[in-house]
Amino acid sequence: MSDIKKIKKEYLEELNKELSLDKVNQIKTELFGKNGLISNEFKKLGALAPQERKQFASDLNFIKEELQENISKKFKELEIKEINEKLKNEKVDITLPERSFEQGKIHPVSQVIDEISSIFSEIGFSVEEGPDVENEYNNFTALNTPENHPARDMHDTFYLDDKKELLLRTHTSPVQVRTMLKGNPPFKIIAPGRTYRSDSDQTHAPMFHQVEGLHIDKDINMGNLKGCLNYFIKEFFEVDKIKMRFRPSHFPFTEPSAEVDIGYELRDGKIVIGEGDKWLEVLGCGMVHPNVLKNVNINPEKYQGYAFGIGIDRLGMLKYGINDLRAFFETDYRWLNHFGFDPLDVPSNYRGLSR
Amino acid sequence: MKFTISWLREHLDTKYKDNELIEKLTDVGLEVESYENLSTNLDSFKVAKIINAEQHPNADRLKICDVDLGQESNVKVVCGAPNAKKDLLTVYAGPESIIPKNNMKLAVSKIRGVTSYGMLCSESELNLSNESDGIIELKSINYSDKIGKNFFKNNTDKVVDLSITPNRPDCLGVRGVARDLAAAGVGKLKNISNKSIKKNGSQKIKVSIIKDKNQGCTIFGSCLIKGVTNKESPKWLKEKIESLGQKPISAIVDITNYVMFDLNRPLHAYDADKIDKEIIVRNSKKGETFEALDNNKYKLDEGMCVISDNSGVLGLGGIIGGTRTSTEINTKNILLESAYFIPKSIRKTSKLLNIDTDAKFRFERGIDPQSIEIGLSKAAQLISDICGGKISKFDIKKTTKDTKNKIQFKNSLFKKITGFNVKDKEIIKILSDLGCEISKKKLELDLKIPSWRPDITQPIDIVEEIVRIKGYNNIETLEPEKTKIKDTLNKQQKLFHFLQRSVASKGYLETITWSFTDSKINNLFKEDLKEIKIVNPISSDLDVLRNSIFSNLTFYLKKNLDRGFKDISLFEIGPIFKDKLPGEQLTVIGAIKSGKISRLNWIEKDRSVDLFDVKKDVIQTLVEAGYNRQSFFIRDKSPSYYHPGKAGSVYLDKDDIDPVAYFGEIHPNIIKKLDIKTEGLVGFEIYLDQLKENKLKLKDQKSNFEYSDYQKSERDFAFVVDKNFKAQDLIKIISSIDKNLIRSIKIFDIYEGENIPNGKKSIALNVIIQSSEKTLEESDLEKINKLIISTVETKSGAKIRS
Repeated sequence: MSDIKKIKKEYLEELNKELSLDKVNQIKTELFGKNGLISNEFKKLGALAPQERKQFASDLNFIKEELQENISKKFKELEIKEINEKLKNEKVDITLPERSFEQGKIHPVSQVIDEISSIFSEIGFSVEEGPDVENEYNNFTALNTPENHPARDMHDTFYLDDKKELLLRTHTSPVQVRTMLKGNPPFKIIAPGRTYRSDSDQTHAPMFHQVEGLHIDKDINMGNLKGCLNYFIKEFFEVDKIKMRFRPSHFPFTEPSAEVDIGYELRDGKIVIGEGDKWLEVLGCGMVHPNVLKNVNINPEKYQGYAFGIGIDRLGMLKYGINDLRAFFETDYRWLNHFGFDPLDVPSNYRGLSR
Repeated sequence: MKFTISWLREHLDTKYKDNELIEKLTDVGLEVESYENLSTNLDSFKVAKIINAEQHPNADRLKICDVDLGQESNVKVVCGAPNAKKDLLTVYAGPESIIPKNNMKLAVSKIRGVTSYGMLCSESELNLSNESDGIIELKSINYSDKIGKNFFKNNTDKVVDLSITPNRPDCLGVRGVARDLAAAGVGKLKNISNKSIKKNGSQKIKVSIIKDKNQGCTIFGSCLIKGVTNKESPKWLKEKIESLGQKPISAIVDITNYVMFDLNRPLHAYDADKIDKEIIVRNSKKGETFEALDNNKYKLDEGMCVISDNSGVLGLGGIIGGTRTSTEINTKNILLESAYFIPKSIRKTSKLLNIDTDAKFRFERGIDPQSIEIGLSKAAQLISDICGGKISKFDIKKTTKDTKNKIQFKNSLFKKITGFNVKDKEIIKILSDLGCEISKKKLELDLKIPSWRPDITQPIDIVEEIVRIKGYNNIETLEPEKTKIKDTLNKQQKLFHFLQRSVASKGYLETITWSFTDSKINNLFKEDLKEIKIVNPISSDLDVLRNSIFSNLTFYLKKNLDRGFKDISLFEIGPIFKDKLPGEQLTVIGAIKSGKISRLNWIEKDRSVDLFDVKKDVIQTLVEAGYNRQSFFIRDKSPSYYHPGKAGSVYLDKDDIDPVAYFGEIHPNIIKKLDIKTEGLVGFEIYLDQLKENKLKLKDQKSNFEYSDYQKSERDFAFVVDKNFKAQDLIKIISSIDKNLIRSIKIFDIYEGENIPNGKKSIALNVIIQSSEKTLEESDLEKINKLIISTVETKSGAKIRS
């Protein structure tokens, strides 16, 4: 009995020392080899009387496990030591560049359209679209701008035929007409999209973007219009306070009509929206003209509401400090990279419009 | 519409200051485009006294003057005027002043070696007269105590430029503007003096209006003024004309212009002696010609409203007069015309002939048909006052009766539209100030609309009048309601939005290019679509609607390559056009990629972009959008602008008729034609309209989660097949052998060459086999192995490579 305790004590002490791998292997053989000390003790089991055998076997197994555990612990220690040794020589210059990646970008106009859609979504608008090519009727006549009306001069129109029946839409307002013709009130829509005028200089591009808004119901009045635009402008520019001015104006398809200015000031040559005493025109709006409602088979005695049209590119320029409208459409790689947005920056209500 | 504030005040009795008037103009809907001093630098001209004048050392004709400006030290000015002498009081202009005559800006400068600070001015330099011999000599009685003070007094008059909307012809005259302001409560509209003018005898030139289906003129009023002396206009009149930004011509012309801008009443003055007997207002005959005052000769179409005499056309009524009867400085007798021309007719004619004049601009928008006489009176009186002459009785020919629009207006409509209330009394006041005749019923007003407001035709127009005069700031701001009628985006819009960001997330920069393009480039990409020409393109290289997005993308790619960029990935999502009717357009993503992958990279070897880069982008994008990769089918059919052997099309399903996307290398000939220099150019297009909607929402798309924990086995195979045999078919054959066991198939090698017969290739693939019911035994695996080999061999003619 004392034999195995002695073995245990002796070898545990040994295993506690600093040992080489060879030495640990040697200890393992000495204990558990064919003729190892512990192996031999097991061989003795058969010769013992049954009462003693039970006790001895139990003790022996216990000691065996303890020793084995200590040996494998020693082995792991040694392995880790070995790995640590090896790592000393595995130093890489981690300042070398990462593998290449490409960051794509979303065009500012697309980003702004998504921002606008997100804001209007919050107040119950849905998005409608219409074709870029329109007929003269939807673009003008249905919108209370008959032929030979001087208001047509304000739109330098691209035509696709000599009879001037087919054209590139000069505004997104024909989507109003299409939407109202195919459905029944109430309507609460915005319609962003491409618009075209044959006008080209520093501040005009032959193609630009507008978003149309339309809200028709039984009792939608100018107060709702004001509230809606006030909400939108505040949300869009992400400011708490906004100075807004509604000015009477004229559009054939709305009556009364208004143009909306927002307050701004110049700080270090940059436009800061919301403060200051300068005014900047940002949109046109008004109550949908009864003639337009009649043209789309809606009874103006029963239904009324407002419409507005906003220049998307211009809003983007103001919000993101872009000076040149023409650059939006010139596909300059540097410009796209500079003003573009990461595709994961999806404007939404819960994340906020922008970071 | 330009005028000076003092002119406005001639019609408006008001205590309001200039800038208050300006604000009010904007408030009532008369948008102020600009508002500035008549001459911006009048303050820089000072009364000065020459203290000393000595001879310039280097120039005989120049003098060096010490000038007293009432300040501590005098100023030295070099002056060439012979009358510059000691003690003379004159006008001094300092550096930075702008000389009115020539708009030259003064600066401190050396004149023959002597520095001169400013200059002394002549009357002509200040536009005071034509006197240019020498500097102004001011009388010491009037000016000796004003040295250093501004020379120009009370000249704080400012010019307002209004942007008048097309519905407001009445405000194309100063009086109309004043009327609006008066209605808005800033003062009183002054009465026009109805001092009746002295008329002698009848208008002896016979006038007739010929009736026509397309009548252009309905009223023609005229009078004769005999024995005039045409001359330069007096100063007040000249200043008025100049404040409009126009050049004074002669008293008669200036007066007609003045009345037009004052009362919005265009007039025309004829030299009566040049008229051949009578005036006939009629529609033109095809081919008639006349020479207009703009010195152009016009050939007329049929049905244009002309003023003619027995010899032919004198002018286009309401648009432009002719040279044959134009007034000159020696004109003795005038026929003065004040007429009404129908807007539609004016517009049609002026569009056809491309003429734009102040009169046309006004008649086109609608002139007050009841201003005939007032215009004649005012102009005739002015002419006889300034040029002398006897005025005949007025002759007014009409084809219609004077009428006024009538509107029944329910006061409740106002609140319904604007959301706020205005008392009936106030409504009545506003409308009557605007010129309406009103008779009040219980809840309604019977309105007669003033003849100068052709834009007011129905009750809603009355609402606008009241609300704009009352002020838009009275409209309450109502919080928007958040209730939704329907989803913000429909499925197709969501798809658009998703794909746009999905493609961008693969390293492509989104661009937006014109929907039109250069027909020469478009032709390379248009396939069998129709060319859609723009009748009036902005420039000849943007002359057609695009049939493909690639025309613009390749054009701008080249520009960026020329800027020195090499590895470029661009995409655009937008319309392409199949034909020119509304709706004949498709929404397409076009993307291109140029140059190399891993250029100048220390860790990865560089390579040119290739078709499998774009194939990956297309497939990944479609998979991300929720389409099932397993059912995709690739064909090698592609449009001709792709490389014939290195491009293909993607079908969502083998049985689909139309592909949803194309991908591949751009055809080398096109790269050549466009002179694009790059190592590689590949691209893809996705047709959004072809993408079937996922009918199920995400919440309904997820099936039960089933998985197998039984052991997987992998087996590698290499089959030798015909070179043209498609990998896709091989995969299809294998995957359909046992869908329950064969979990994935991966091609890991394609080999041609040694050990492979000519015209053959080896495809090596790895197959993962796993059961969801048990751990497969060796015998099961052997069985499926054999089945794979035998099935592939029989179905494809392939041979397993041993």
